[in-house]
Amino acid sequence: MAARSADVTDAAGLGRVRATAFVVPALLLVGAFLVFPALWTLYLGVTDYRLTGLAAANPQFVGLQNYVTAIGDSQFRNALWLTILFVLGSAIIGQSFMGFGIAWTVRSVPRLVRGVIETLVLLAWILPSSVVAFLWIAYLGRGDGTLNTLLQTQGTDWLLAHPMQSIIVFNTWRGTAFSMLLFSAALNAVPPSQLETARLAGASTLQQFRDVVFPHIRGHVLTNTLLISLWTFNDFSPYLLTAGGPNHASETLPVYIYNSALYGGQLGYGSAISLIMLVINLVIALFYLRLLKERRT
Amino acid sequence: MRLAKLTVVVSVTALSLSAGACSSSGGSSSDASRGADAKTISLSIASNAIAGGKNDQEAKWMADYVIPTFTKAMKAKGVTATVKFQPSGVDDEKYKAKVSLDLKTRSGADVVALDGIWVGEFAQAGYIQPLDKVVGASTAQWDGWSQIPKPVQANTSFEGKAYGIPTGTDGRVLYYNKKLFAKAGLPADWAPKSWADILAAGTALKKLPGIDPLQINAGTAMGEATTMQGVLPLLAGTGTEIYKDGKWQGNTQQVRDVLSFYRDIYSAGLGNPAFQQAAKGRDESFAAFAAGKVGVLLEGDYFWRSVINPKGGDAPMASRDTDVGYTLIPSQKPGSGIRGQDFVSMSGGSGYFLNPNTKFPAQAWELLTLMSSPDALKALLNGAARITDRTDVNKEVLAGDPMLSLVSEKVLPLTAYRPGEAVYPQVSAALQQATADIVSGKSAADAGAAYQKALEKAVGADKVSGS
Amino acid sequence: MSVKDSLAADHIVAVMVRRVLFYTLLTLVAAFFALPLLWLVFTPFDSTPGLAVKLPDFTLDNFRLLRGNPYAMSSLKNSVLISGGTMVMVVVFGALAAYALSRVRIPGRDALLYSLLLLSSIVTGTAAMVPIFLLMFQLNLIDSRTGVSLVLTGGLLPAAIFILKDFMDSTPRSYEESARVFGASPLQVLRHVVLPIARPGLATVAVWAMVNAWGDFLIAFILLRDPEKSPAGVVMYTFYNEGGQANLHLISAFSLLYAIPVVAMYLFVSRRYGFRFYGGIKS
Repeated sequence: MAARSADVTDAAGLGRVRATAFVVPALLLVGAFLVFPALWTLYLGVTDYRLTGLAAANPQFVGLQNYVTAIGDSQFRNALWLTILFVLGSAIIGQSFMGFGIAWTVRSVPRLVRGVIETLVLLAWILPSSVVAFLWIAYLGRGDGTLNTLLQTQGTDWLLAHPMQSIIVFNTWRGTAFSMLLFSAALNAVPPSQLETARLAGASTLQQFRDVVFPHIRGHVLTNTLLISLWTFNDFSPYLLTAGGPNHASETLPVYIYNSALYGGQLGYGSAISLIMLVINLVIALFYLRLLKERRT
Repeated sequence: MRLAKLTVVVSVTALSLSAGACSSSGGSSSDASRGADAKTISLSIASNAIAGGKNDQEAKWMADYVIPTFTKAMKAKGVTATVKFQPSGVDDEKYKAKVSLDLKTRSGADVVALDGIWVGEFAQAGYIQPLDKVVGASTAQWDGWSQIPKPVQANTSFEGKAYGIPTGTDGRVLYYNKKLFAKAGLPADWAPKSWADILAAGTALKKLPGIDPLQINAGTAMGEATTMQGVLPLLAGTGTEIYKDGKWQGNTQQVRDVLSFYRDIYSAGLGNPAFQQAAKGRDESFAAFAAGKVGVLLEGDYFWRSVINPKGGDAPMASRDTDVGYTLIPSQKPGSGIRGQDFVSMSGGSGYFLNPNTKFPAQAWELLTLMSSPDALKALLNGAARITDRTDVNKEVLAGDPMLSLVSEKVLPLTAYRPGEAVYPQVSAALQQATADIVSGKSAADAGAAYQKALEKAVGADKVSGS
Repeated sequence: MSVKDSLAADHIVAVMVRRVLFYTLLTLVAAFFALPLLWLVFTPFDSTPGLAVKLPDFTLDNFRLLRGNPYAMSSLKNSVLISGGTMVMVVVFGALAAYALSRVRIPGRDALLYSLLLLSSIVTGTAAMVPIFLLMFQLNLIDSRTGVSLVLTGGLLPAAIFILKDFMDSTPRSYEESARVFGASPLQVLRHVVLPIARPGLATVAVWAMVNAWGDFLIAFILLRDPEKSPAGVVMYTFYNEGGQANLHLISAFSLLYAIPVVAMYLFVSRRYGFRFYGGIKS
């Protein structure tokens, strides 16, 4: 994963003991508030636990029943496929490219223009999901939606007619800010002298990018892609725009969990599906890891 | 793997710590007379209300009436009482999760507001206990019980025992736009007696351009609003409730009749599928009705009071009192409804319950009865009209409001409540999905068969009646 | 015109066309992000806010209503406290851990980091709240803003360490070695040599942590009891009525106020600590 883990050296003379001491505060917090709930979730997945009702007082061990039910459910498979599309379209393609594109281009614009663009992109990211839902329903609305008014296509209900495309565009809009931030920081760590040298040697922008910039940010690209893939995979906000509809057409896995398990308070079943999602996330992460290891040869 | 070992150690410590917190929920201290002679007491009330936000009226009432009145009453007896209100004001589901966690750890407020439909599952989980167990047999002697109709009392009871006192209830009716009716040649005092009458009105309204004739909720996007303002009133009109004799209605004749009715509406274009499928479809249908674009809408009295209310409603209709009519929901045919009724409705409501782990049961009970006294209810309403649980208060406060008087006098006697079973939300979800299938074009037979399968998966085949 | 002049003219035209295209593209991108935000620009100033964008009749009534709300303004203060605390903890603990993990070969490091990252993506929602609530109850941290910060930090640390490790890895070790030669302790090396170089990464993580903490609802809602301690993320959800219909007056006005501190913070961090490094150290 690390760019140069092959030559990690303890340059500052930390030593094992001090290194462990540095890590302990983070580990304590993570162990208590992350690992522990995660282990609990794993435990819940093999029970019929609910927050209320008889199963709350006396949860029963049901073994792999929850998993069998989930995998056998065609809605689950539908949700899985939709989630893959969602991640591919909005995160891997949408957010990464747009985030990088913006980070790259605003380096050479006046300060004011840069500030305006960055603020707009940032606003899309920081507003709470409940408000963003209103924004997009006003934007894509059927009768007096902003988009319809602009394109003169009154009567088109984008969210109902093109649910997946709508939520992919929505999520690209929503999350580009993080990629933009990360790439901005990464690009600015590229030594300007090397760029200058390349330019003087007559390299085109594309060549500059390929030979000077990319080697420095390669690790960041993969980190960013991995993180936003994981986050998008688990993102619940499409529910606020389409409620998974019409008729499961945009029901990604987090929405599926909500509709089929959490709505009825079946925490056990919901946890089982969460674990399946974790395994899928693991596969994605391993895939990226391979990609990184290959690149380093 | 030293790091990993360290992490595991930390989490296991966390695990054992919290294992202590959740040993066995429920079954708490049983001495109902504890704290009875205390000279200094502190109580707290939790409700899904917050000043300036959701149920703001109730939150203000806590601060302005309940707490001062109770503190004064206690002072007169020589007891110093500190009462606090814990507001929430969020989505019902989230509030339910918060309260469940509090009760599970045997903490939380002494008086807790809960939705009536949660009573069964909370009781089964051991989170709440019957009043006579928490406080004692004296609770049965409260004079307020005689003012609360038995069905309303049932909303806060489980297996015949009272767990709390109801706060109020509501009823569902059919609203219609008198102006549109006049244009379509329908009477201004419309009084449908069967489903066929509703469809006939819809067909007449269809002639008007740009109008959605009937809005009877369907689909999954509206959640429980589909079940409560759609499926269940219709089902009651076919003569059965959703949970009868320990079994849930599966693909029975009555359920299929309900689905066929939906099919009739949507195949003839009498309903707008967009409202049923959009994420904010319910809000949109309300706005459309307020703008005079919907002919008939099935909703609770909440719609009249809080949505199209010209004074401060969310989709205010200036001409509400002249242009909007309301009528009882008819059964499928006269006499085919539950209990042989010609008209039906559904009701919900919440109540205030006692936390079995309260330190001062007797005083908490006093607080509870104070909150349900006629003066307190009138203070809560503050001049507004709303259906309370007590008939004596209703007679007074609803006198000036014809719509609510109608609900209180005519609708409540014929209404039904949802079963307070823990699996009910899943049954509701299956019903919503069945209507969603109809809206997207499936036949009633297919939707019914799919519903049967989903229901069996949710509650177990042995608890489902029907083919 | 001589050949040289016409070539020069062509060149200027080409450059101008490129510039025009460039700025058109930028405008399109800006429009893409700005158009959906229109609702937020107009609706707070509208006396009859609705679900669609329309030109408002410019009134500040919604903000007056908001001021009259007992918890709206204090919630913004609470959000600053909670998010600020979370941001500081995430950056400090994350930087320490990332530095240690980046420099010292602790066995199982990579696998651990990856598993923590994966776990952080599934630990959300009500199912995860049950154990957290039980744990906090035992630690007596219910109804405490510090408790909320701690839980949020725990959830954000894995990703933070993941990001920071990348930045730490790419800082040259030669500087650290030189500093050591001059007798600096490891902590001093960290503070004076490594951190300034990794500043863009730290700024990114700081903004990211703050935004995430600012937007949190569930943890604050489940753990807090006193409404005076509620952050904006929770109070936002109370602006509905009993039937679940939204009070657009309050929601639109509050959303505007809600966004301002975060944007201000971002601009501040960006200006002072910079996502740009014009390092005094050339490489």
